[in-house]
Amino acid sequence: MARSSGKDAQALFHSLRTAYAATPTNLKIIDLYVGFAVLTAVIQVVYMALVGSFPFNSFLSGVLSCVGTAVLAVCLRIQVNKENKEFKDLAPERAFADFVLCNLVLHLVIMNFLG
Amino acid sequence: MARNLGRFLVLILLVSICDAASVFQPISDSHRSAALELFTPVNGSFGSLEETYEALRTFEVLGVENKSDVRHASCASVSKTLESSSSSLKDLFFALKVNGILKCKINEKALEGIISRLKAAINDANSLLDLYHSIGSLVLMKEQSLKADLHLSDAKGVFHSIKALSQSDGRWCYSSSNPQSSAYAAGIALETLAGVVSLSSSEIDQSMIGALRNDVLKLFDGIEKYYNGASYFDEKLIDSHENQGSISTTSSVVRGITAFAAVTEESLNLPGDKILGLARFFLGIGIPGDSKDFFNQIDSLACLENNRVSIPLILSLPSTVLSLTKKDSLKVRVNTVLGSSAPPLTVKLVGALGSKDTSLIDSQELKFNSETGVHILNDLPKSIDVGSYMFTFEIVLHELEPEEVYATGDQTKVPIFVTGIVKIENAEIAVLDSDLGSIETQKQLDLAGNNIASLSANHLQKLRLSFQLTTPRRHAFQPHQALLKLRHESKAEHIFVVGSSGKQFQLVLDFLGLVEKFFYLSGRYDIELTVGDAVMENSLLRALGHIELDIPEPPEKAPHPPLQPVDPYSRYGPKAEITHIFRAPEKRPPKELSLTFLGLTILPLLGFLIGLLRLEVNLKNFPTKAAPATFALLFHIGIGVVLLLYVLFWLKLDLFTTLKALGLLGAFLVFVGHRILSYLAATSSKLKSA
Repeated sequence: MARSSGKDAQALFHSLRTAYAATPTNLKIIDLYVGFAVLTAVIQVVYMALVGSFPFNSFLSGVLSCVGTAVLAVCLRIQVNKENKEFKDLAPERAFADFVLCNLVLHLVIMNFLG
Repeated sequence: MARNLGRFLVLILLVSICDAASVFQPISDSHRSAALELFTPVNGSFGSLEETYEALRTFEVLGVENKSDVRHASCASVSKTLESSSSSLKDLFFALKVNGILKCKINEKALEGIISRLKAAINDANSLLDLYHSIGSLVLMKEQSLKADLHLSDAKGVFHSIKALSQSDGRWCYSSSNPQSSAYAAGIALETLAGVVSLSSSEIDQSMIGALRNDVLKLFDGIEKYYNGASYFDEKLIDSHENQGSISTTSSVVRGITAFAAVTEESLNLPGDKILGLARFFLGIGIPGDSKDFFNQIDSLACLENNRVSIPLILSLPSTVLSLTKKDSLKVRVNTVLGSSAPPLTVKLVGALGSKDTSLIDSQELKFNSETGVHILNDLPKSIDVGSYMFTFEIVLHELEPEEVYATGDQTKVPIFVTGIVKIENAEIAVLDSDLGSIETQKQLDLAGNNIASLSANHLQKLRLSFQLTTPRRHAFQPHQALLKLRHESKAEHIFVVGSSGKQFQLVLDFLGLVEKFFYLSGRYDIELTVGDAVMENSLLRALGHIELDIPEPPEKAPHPPLQPVDPYSRYGPKAEITHIFRAPEKRPPKELSLTFLGLTILPLLGFLIGLLRLEVNLKNFPTKAAPATFALLFHIGIGVVLLLYVLFWLKLDLFTTLKALGLLGAFLVFVGHRILSYLAATSSKLKSA
């Protein structure tokens, strides 16, 4: 049983990989960016777990910066994805401009809260 | 500032002399030593010529030998002033004054020049001070035999011009343009007029001198008096900048009238008590702290010592506290103001007023001891017991020459304290049973020596203290304090006044009524007796012993004794240390851990960049044409600048500057971004459609 589930998992994994390889490059860039942001957030949480949350505002602003930018990147991915019928009429450049603007606003607030 | 302080000090000194009478002391050695301290030359000179003159005149009057040699510097200054043709009249005046004391050598030619200058100045003078200085200088030159045959050509005219400045109240103005009348100016004017009279070659009209005499009498009508017999002159307007203060003003008037009296044949007819009042004013100052006041005091007293109006005689007592027990005798001195001996006279004690305001004695004469110059009354009359009295003295002069006029005043009142040893007899302390009054314990006390009486009582009993006080004249005596103090071990104190009837003093403490006052504290109480008075030479504060008091328990609502301080002076010691409670600072992680995690945070970024490389990202879509390329570049630079602005915001800027910059940058970025992105959108849609 374990062997078959292991094999099934391997097969599933393989099919996911091949399917993913088909995605356009710009979407892959965005995925990479999301991964980077989330990983940074995780490292910060681990650090806080180790040393305590003394400047809590700093911790929050660090984590929320990462999470916020990840969320904005996900929104960008949704809007840019050609297979997404909802956003067919939206130009990807417009979505990118929104992404940049929102990130700038987010980081202004983050910098203020960083202390 | 110093003048005001001096005036204030004078007032304080005069007010501190007790009511209605005081003892004025003539000038003594304490003045001489004070003079040496006050007038100390700096680098061989006293300062200006005026100050030099003041110092030298003070030393001359007091007979003090000035140890430091100021002669050289002063004479040099005098010669320089007299030889210079640009010296002011005031400087010439004071130079001649100094010369009068030091007798320096003066150049003959310089003197001739001075005389002509002074005479010209007199003719041109339009102010009182100029006339004073110039005429005064001429008088000094005549006195010092520098020029023996000096005369004023138009003495009458000068006399008139000075007299014209006089006012109706006897005061003078400084000049015709300054209508402010001043007593100080009156003194100066009188001195100047005396100078004119002495310098005139012909007789001055007697009517004019008579008019002057009236002016002086009017001036003296305006004299002010203190309650202690001192009289003085003061200016009416205190805030005028020419106001000199009462000491300067009075001394100026004294100088004026003594100079004037010296040159007139007939006497000035001033009442003697006013002259005596002036002498008392100057003596009442004591020792002034200001050098100008000191000079004015000494100079005026020197003028009063030998004046032709009337010479004041001062009655003083070396001691106003007499002891009956030591059999002190009453000693009185009568001197002139500078301390010289008086003419033959007798001092009579005409009255003594005690607390009851009735005179206790008949008039008695004091015996004069010619060796010591003291009038003595050997034994105080029997009616004088211990206490404070007001003795009244009268001075009766013996036969006098008709020219010698002395001012003695009618009667001089002097407060006298008579002290003595008050006998305390039959002192005893006893504990009595309350109802019957029978004595449980009784102890005799010897209040002169040490004794410790040890008693015990309960709240139903009474404590009785009694003693007798007798004065040296065997009368009853009422001391200021007759107090008994009971002090508990816990330092709670209770004080009781010992009542009296006649000579017998008695205090009965009924403990039944006192239990509440004692705060229901049982135990050992120390007993202390205080008997004291100012005139009692043997006032005592003695511990008599202790008493063990047995008092019942306090009821619930009894008052608690006040908390006694452990040590009454402990409140001046350091206070308890205040420990501030601070929030404990947060624990911080070690530096290495933080730096490690900083490095770990950079790792995802590196991962991202490596991933990008693996995905083979490229910049092929970057526009090649010039305009769009510029915009693209500007767009990226703009974003970079905004991020840099954020870093600066974190490091040192504040929100408002950041928002301002961000506003500008944002507008720029939006414009540029729009251009490039719309260009990109246009090209990509062209590609799609193509």
